[in-house]
Amino acid sequence: MQRIGVFVCWCGTNIAGTVDVKKVAEALKDEPGVVFSADYQYMCSQAGQDMIKDAVKEHKLTGIVVCSCSPRMHETTFRKTAAAAGLNPYMVEIANIREQCSWVHKEMPIGTEKAIILGKAAVAKVNLNTPLIAGQSPVTKRALVIGGGIAGIQTALDIADAGFPVDIVEKLPTIGGKMAQLDKTFPTLDCAACILTPKMVDAGQNENIRIFSYSEIEEVGGFVGNFTVKIKKKARYVKEDICTGCGLCTEKCPQKKVPNEFNLGMDNRRAVYIPFAQAVPKVATIDPNYCTMLKTGKCGVCAKVCTAGAIDYTQKDEVFTEKYGAIVAATGYNPISMDKFDEFAYNQSRDVITSLEFERLTNAAGPTAGKLLRPSDGKHPHTIVFVQCVGSRCSHDAEKGKEYCSKICCMYTAKHAMLVRDKYPDTEVYVFYIDVRTPGKAFDEFYRRAVEEYGVHYVKGMVGKVTPEGDKLKVLASDLLADKQLKIDADLVVLAAAIEPDKSARPLATMLTASMDTNDFFTEAHPKLRPVESPTAGVFLSGTCQGPKDIPETVSQASAAAAKVIGLLCKDKLTGNPCVASSNELMCNGCSSCEKVCPYGAITYMDKEFRMPDRTTKLRRVAMVNEAVCQGCGCCTVACPSGAMDLKGFANEQIMAEVDAICK
Amino acid sequence: MQVNENFKPLIVAFCCNWCSYAGADLAGNNRLNYPAEVKIIRVPCSCRVNPMFILRAFQRGADGVIICGCHPGDCHYTSGNYFTRRRMSLLFSMLDYLGIERERTRVEWVSAAEGAKFAATMNDFVAQVTALGENKRLEDLRCKE
Repeated sequence: MQRIGVFVCWCGTNIAGTVDVKKVAEALKDEPGVVFSADYQYMCSQAGQDMIKDAVKEHKLTGIVVCSCSPRMHETTFRKTAAAAGLNPYMVEIANIREQCSWVHKEMPIGTEKAIILGKAAVAKVNLNTPLIAGQSPVTKRALVIGGGIAGIQTALDIADAGFPVDIVEKLPTIGGKMAQLDKTFPTLDCAACILTPKMVDAGQNENIRIFSYSEIEEVGGFVGNFTVKIKKKARYVKEDICTGCGLCTEKCPQKKVPNEFNLGMDNRRAVYIPFAQAVPKVATIDPNYCTMLKTGKCGVCAKVCTAGAIDYTQKDEVFTEKYGAIVAATGYNPISMDKFDEFAYNQSRDVITSLEFERLTNAAGPTAGKLLRPSDGKHPHTIVFVQCVGSRCSHDAEKGKEYCSKICCMYTAKHAMLVRDKYPDTEVYVFYIDVRTPGKAFDEFYRRAVEEYGVHYVKGMVGKVTPEGDKLKVLASDLLADKQLKIDADLVVLAAAIEPDKSARPLATMLTASMDTNDFFTEAHPKLRPVESPTAGVFLSGTCQGPKDIPETVSQASAAAAKVIGLLCKDKLTGNPCVASSNELMCNGCSSCEKVCPYGAITYMDKEFRMPDRTTKLRRVAMVNEAVCQGCGCCTVACPSGAMDLKGFANEQIMAEVDAICK
Repeated sequence: MQVNENFKPLIVAFCCNWCSYAGADLAGNNRLNYPAEVKIIRVPCSCRVNPMFILRAFQRGADGVIICGCHPGDCHYTSGNYFTRRRMSLLFSMLDYLGIERERTRVEWVSAAEGAKFAATMNDFVAQVTALGENKRLEDLRCKE
């Protein structure tokens, strides 16, 4: 028989305001096994915990029930208290009488009655608790960063600086991500490439960092500290270790009509290409969709001109397996497709472009060598209209766009407008906005400079329609403050397209068993207190895969994620969760039902000798649970037809006792 | 059936630790009211709920049983809630055959972010079970003290 102590917390007035705590303590006194019952203002305070420790010693308690806030809040606290008092930490159960009682019910008698029942259920459970000892597992001291944008690069650099090896897996031929495509960055107008490329080179040269470019994640197995990841290295038909990145092949390749994705299709590249001059690794890649040699077997120009002999048309995709202790998702974002936004004539006129395309148009390494020219006729535009919130902040019912604010558009549009007016003072610039949001260091000052110093016309209102007419774009818009309709003959229209998580994030989340919100952004373990961890242990979040962010925020989150990874990799052993499945060998009939439903492959079978009543021995096939792999979901316990499988900490008997206590 | 104006149903709710239990906590944080008749039992995953627990609850006089788990695709254990969905649709149709109306049993997906949905679901479910009245079908009188 257990000797149980019940401790009822007031939580100031949070619980005591709706629950008669004295009555609860009194009512639980006579429950089976209870030898001590008390109440206190703040059970989680040092004094409250000391009270528990003293009671354990004085009354020789073997089990503890704390009627307090949610176990998600203070279960760990009270388990530590129990351990400090010499009890097994898993002899503690929490009755949640705050979140699920006092805060949701208003009347004292009702709250008190429910609190007593919840307390009785917890007492019934503790009566059946057994001491549990957590297993320990070693930590693989290597981290994986998925995505090689500024977020992934920063995370990898910080982890590598702490002395741990780290791998970056990037699906494109080079790291750099979206930041490599940008021209200037707000609000300081630093050149993006000037501040990014040194970091890319650092990552490429750091001896603790391996970069797997042009590679994708195929499969993720294992658990915190012990992940096993299958990585597919796509065939680039160029030997990475031999290619010197001289670029001769990219000049001689006869296939010239391949849309250049780095410039968002605004110019062409060859079938063999290096995405941009500062690419890391600086290695050519052959695009199998366009290469004549790979498609028809006739050509071979690149192989002929390559003095290093790096071209290999027979290369195949290669899949290899690596082990990691921690995984960081840094999959980034993309602007949404403009296909559903017909009103802006994006698909009808080449002079309607997105902001990212505008970045390439103003970039010295872009398709126009940095001259602002119209994509249609190469003329200098004299009137430019910027449209904000295209697909951001859309209503829930709208069939297009996103409900959230994309956060970065107000600032980069102010930057674009300012840069245009600075370089080409003869250009009229209009910005149509719903609100201008500038919450950031030196952000509002920057926006005001655009308006006051550079004379950008900011108009509150949305653009209703853009119609191409001749070589002009007729823009119909409303000015909400002046309450009038505007008609502008524009030469160029720039759409601030909403940003969304990269499409690769959703399948990755499934592989990582990391949860996502309805917009496919990764969910953090706690929105305020654990913003860089995913709820799945050992999986961390870096950059815009968690939500829209600008570069400084991305970099700080990337470093924060790195700090968490370093904290994990510093440990030699991790203490696991002892609430795992266990099989009663005497009852198991070896049917494999549990093995089939286990999502972790934690159950194996072995033949074991059993002594029979007639003193003979018999070989029987029985299930074995690998406690280091089992995560404790309990699916097997229900699948088991003979009732041999049970879950420690949430045993059939324990849950049944709770049901009984509630239904009494 | 005799309608008792003061009838308060007894509802047992099984909530998975990762989504629905956190959703219930969030309902509490936001002070969203739902009837005190709902008593929550925490399980690691909705797939931990053995049909036996539900039968036991009805045997002991529960008037309704609800199981809440993560949304399909979001299970912390990858696939647990899919098992729940299959197992419970079988069990509930069997219970229906035994005379325990379908309205007394429910599986609902509530995420950790859906405190409002948790409260709304519980309000709705309690109203539904209240309308049906007391459950007599599986109740074992020997269990009553």
